[in-house]
Amino acid sequence: MIKVEGLTRKYGSFTAVDDVSFTCQPGRVTGFLGPNGAGKTTTMRVMVGLTPATKGQVTIGGLRYHDIPNPGRHVGVLLDASAQHGGRTGREVLTIGAMTMGLPDSRVDEMLDLVSLTASEAKRRLRHYSLGMKQRLGIAHALLGDPQVLILDEPANGLDPAGIRWMRGLLKSYADRGGTVLLSSHLLHEVEQIADEMILIGRGKIVAQGDRASLLAGAGPAQTLVTSLDNEVLSTALKEAGHVVESAGQGLCVHAPAVEVGRAALSAQVVLTDLRDGGAGLEDLFLQLTADTQRETPPDLAAPTPGGTIA
Amino acid sequence: MTTAPAIHLDVTNTDPVPLSRLLRVEFRKSYDTRAGFWLLFSIGVITLIAEVITLIVAITQDLDNVSLGTFTAVAAVVTSFLLPVLAIMLVTTEWTQRSAMVTFSLESRRSRVVWSKLLVAFVLSLASVVFAIVVGVVCNAIFAAAGGTTEWWNQDVRDGVIGFVISQSLGMLVGFAFAALFLNTAAAIVVYFAFSFIVPTLFEVGTAVFGEHSWFADLRKWIDFNTAQNKLFELSTMSGADWAHLVVSSLIWVGIPLVFGLRRILRAEVK
Ligand SMILES: Nc1ncnc2c1ncn2[C@@H]1O[C@H](COP(=O)(O)OP(=O)(O)OP(=O)(O)O)[C@@H](O)[C@H]1O
Ligand SMILES: [Mg+2]
Repeated sequence: MIKVEGLTRKYGSFTAVDDVSFTCQPGRVTGFLGPNGAGKTTTMRVMVGLTPATKGQVTIGGLRYHDIPNPGRHVGVLLDASAQHGGRTGREVLTIGAMTMGLPDSRVDEMLDLVSLTASEAKRRLRHYSLGMKQRLGIAHALLGDPQVLILDEPANGLDPAGIRWMRGLLKSYADRGGTVLLSSHLLHEVEQIADEMILIGRGKIVAQGDRASLLAGAGPAQTLVTSLDNEVLSTALKEAGHVVESAGQGLCVHAPAVEVGRAALSAQVVLTDLRDGGAGLEDLFLQLTADTQRETPPDLAAPTPGGTIA
Repeated sequence: MTTAPAIHLDVTNTDPVPLSRLLRVEFRKSYDTRAGFWLLFSIGVITLIAEVITLIVAITQDLDNVSLGTFTAVAAVVTSFLLPVLAIMLVTTEWTQRSAMVTFSLESRRSRVVWSKLLVAFVLSLASVVFAIVVGVVCNAIFAAAGGTTEWWNQDVRDGVIGFVISQSLGMLVGFAFAALFLNTAAAIVVYFAFSFIVPTLFEVGTAVFGEHSWFADLRKWIDFNTAQNKLFELSTMSGADWAHLVVSSLIWVGIPLVFGLRRILRAEVK
């Protein structure tokens, strides 16, 4: 549905987006991941015609954005929730959007309800909105025209845990109904749980893409985290089976798939209390792939997600 | 990758955003923010204050050369100062507040957004003329009721109405053009007022230095927008040369910044 072909955007001699190509399918959530300054926002801005491309092109449903009539009815866009007049009330922002798209006023109330902004909050001016409230309003604005395609730049930014979970559900069901979703993030955990497809970008170039499984397949040898009632015995058994074992916190980190660890535990008759994939997970893969494009310290990536109960 | 259905957007039943809707939206944007609302409100209030002062002076001094034109002129001066500011804000707030990102994603034919804003500014200029005349009529009636001797109409309709409309619109256009050029409220307002106060002074100085019949005085006729514009209040007496001066100086002060400003708006990366 969204097709990016050989997209390049240069600023002087600096190449912000470098020959990027990918597609987003309808009925799927596509996550667009990369460290700060990787070129996610620039790519998305080119998609909706706010930034001209230096080379290459983007089509949405076969059309260039510029050729889509009344684009708000087809493509919902949220690039920067703060990019609204601070002197307008939340309701006014939506009203103006609805008016431009030719939608009835009732749509404004529906959207305010959907993103749980109360009537009194909707009457407040945007200047006095919290980050999360702006983000909710931005999501409401993107959904106003009941579009078939959603392009969201860091939509979870500023949302509280409940809000993030709500948004995941929203986007998931939106895709299940056949919608196309492209959302960017630098937080892998945020995207991992809903994205059917992931595109990893670093310093303007795509470094990997695919679904979770195929990305993991390329992530190098599996590692498993295991904790048992008798780690020592288990460790010996694993070493005997020819696996590399390191101690990791309360348990062990084994360079082998979980099934091998389980098998070793069974034969050694050790009770496992915890067994999970702990190896080169997506996050490690992500860090590794974007390593040369990473800033010295990647604080965002190391930090737990606000909704990180389900890691 | 699987080829899922609906790879193509079905846009056959979607009409492009009509200009009438953009106009309504842009008109609404002119007053739905606090700044916009207060600007419109202050134009009204300041005009009324100026009119009250004029009335008091006229009544207490028992002036005898008062007419409807006296009062409309007061409203004209006040509105002609603030109207360009209104036009400036119509354009620049989209950039300073960054709402252009949303505006241009909902209507990617940017020129249509700009034309809508220009039309709205023009409608507001017309409204300012109507407002000035209505206020003038009311004040003149009050003056007459207070025992003053006044004339209702002592000028050519072309001067009092048509010249007024053109002059208001041109003033607004200068503001609009500077706004498009600078895309920044403060810069556009400063340059606009510099243009209306400093440039005329420079012309006076130049004429004083080079003399009334110098090359400078000849050149000045073609580039002095203020002088050319002021003639509009005696539109019925304007000669062909006067019109030519007005057209040329407007092209310089409105046309050039507007063309460069439009180019900038149409091509700029919106952030
Ligand atoms: N107008 C511009 N002039 C020069 N450089 C620019 C311009 N716009 C963007 N860039 C550069 O392009 C690069 C990509 O920026 P972009 O905003 O797309 O990154 P991002 O992936 O969205 O990052 P983040 O995760 O921090 O939002 C950055 O290095 C940025 O500094
Ligand atoms: Mg970004």
